[in-house]
Amino acid sequence: MIEFLDVCMTYDTGNKALRNINIAIGDKEFVFIMGRSGSGKSTLLKLLTKEAEPASGQIFVNNWDLGRMKKRFVPKYRRSLGVVFQDFQLLNDRNVFENVAFAQRVIGASSRTIRETVPQMLKLVGLSSKYKYLPQQLSGGEQQRVAIARALVNRPEVLLADEPTGNLDYENAVGIIRLLQDINRLGTTVVMVTHSQEIVDQTGGRVVVLDKGQIVSDEIC
Amino acid sequence: MRINVIWYCIKQGVKNICRNIWFSLASIATISACVFLFCLFFSLIANIQSTIKNMEDTVGITVLFDEDLEEADILALGTAIGSRSEIKEMVYVSAQEAWEEFQADYFVGHEELAAGFAQDNPLAGSASYVIYVYHIEDQDRLASYLQALDGVRQVNYSHKVIEGFAGFNRVVSLLSLAIIGVLLAVAMFLISNTISVAAAFRKRESQIMRLVGATNFMIRAPFIVEGLLIGITGAVIPLAGIYILYSWAAGYLAARFSVPSEIFSFVPIENIYPVMMVTALLLGGGIGFWGSFFTIRKYSKV
Ligand SMILES: Nc1ncnc2c1ncn2[C@@H]1O[C@H](COP(=O)(O)OP(=O)(O)OP(=O)(O)O)[C@@H](O)[C@H]1O
Ligand SMILES: [Mg+2]
Repeated sequence: MIEFLDVCMTYDTGNKALRNINIAIGDKEFVFIMGRSGSGKSTLLKLLTKEAEPASGQIFVNNWDLGRMKKRFVPKYRRSLGVVFQDFQLLNDRNVFENVAFAQRVIGASSRTIRETVPQMLKLVGLSSKYKYLPQQLSGGEQQRVAIARALVNRPEVLLADEPTGNLDYENAVGIIRLLQDINRLGTTVVMVTHSQEIVDQTGGRVVVLDKGQIVSDEIC
Repeated sequence: MRINVIWYCIKQGVKNICRNIWFSLASIATISACVFLFCLFFSLIANIQSTIKNMEDTVGITVLFDEDLEEADILALGTAIGSRSEIKEMVYVSAQEAWEEFQADYFVGHEELAAGFAQDNPLAGSASYVIYVYHIEDQDRLASYLQALDGVRQVNYSHKVIEGFAGFNRVVSLLSLAIIGVLLAVAMFLISNTISVAAAFRKRESQIMRLVGATNFMIRAPFIVEGLLIGITGAVIPLAGIYILYSWAAGYLAARFSVPSEIFSFVPIENIYPVMMVTALLLGGGIGFWGSFFTIRKYSKV
């Protein structure tokens, strides 16, 4: 459960990125966030990952009150989220397996857990056979799948995706959307930012549209 | 904490060093220079201090009294002098003893010459006290006090040598502190730069770590390990160098010059090495740790 209550966000530059945002996203929901460039979509996700703080209003995620969370709980909270970006953000000096394992190693998971879960995730995203490849030896779509596997390996309750198909051609993009829908069906809440009306039309579902930092529509297409 | 987490951090730290090997080597070299100088000065000061200590033990103030003073008066005066707190030990040498000592020194093998003086002690009136102090710096003050006493004829002590040594010790200490301070600053600067470069290298990695919920500790540990390794390596190299150099120099000087060994003698390396080693390791490790800690704190905030 994600809830924004009257959230406003202003950057240090004085830029009012979000105004009076009210959204409620239920468990296991799949939500698209759309809007023009600069409308505040990424900022919305940054508030959820606690990379940015709202100027006013309250945000709740799975019983966490983000505004009142103590600093030392932030890492623990972030383990309940998975994040995927437009530019994949893979580590180019490591192979596919290590890229996915990275998310577990750095939170102190045991080698045994890593050996068990990483292959499961690679299987889920359809890259079992390419676990030894380096990122630059993969296509864009495959790289994004690795990034998704990494985001999911710690079993988050929420997956946040900021234009995950932005760098992909239509076919690859559709493949990624299918994957995200599968993941959603397996019980993960998905919040996905996209520019592509085409994709939204194709898949349908709940769409929240932002403009100049405000919600202008929130409906099921 | 899990053993594989510690292992992971160490591995990443080593990786940082390798990826940025020239900067790392420059940092190690600076810390080495810093620690090497520290060890050098440390050995030098330890030897100067040991020499001063030997002087305190072997070089005393000799007090001679007016010739018409009776032995009883001298002894009474001695008791009065002996109550002063800076005095460690005083030895009374009577005229008779002084004469016997003189004979032993100068008439060896010609005892018949001394016999000529028979009942007539030519050193009559040369009864003296030899006074040893706890701290050599007190000699001056004590000497002027003694000089002013009624019945004291002469006060002998080698204040020039002692002053010279104490002064030299001060100069060496100050000089070494200044040089080490400058090198310390340079080392800190280099470490800080090295860590900044490593942090830039790992920017994406740190960002992902943050987002998947790694703790600050985990994000910073590789850099701290990097700094610590650089610092400790920078301390171990000169420590080994100094050990070899010192042993060699002590052996060489002992073989080459037969200086009065009662006062000037090399302090055995075993006596100074433990303290020197621990201090040097703390110095090197400290520069590495704090240099990287303060730098990385700037770069990684939750
Ligand atoms: N770090 C920042 N400092 C200051 N202003 C920022 C910062 N990041 C974003 N902004 C501003 O906040 C507003 C919203 O930015 P945001 O990145 O959320 O837009 P977006 O909807 O994600 O755009 P895009 O579709 O291009 O990614 C923009 O006007 C942008 O200029
Ligand atoms: Mg954006």
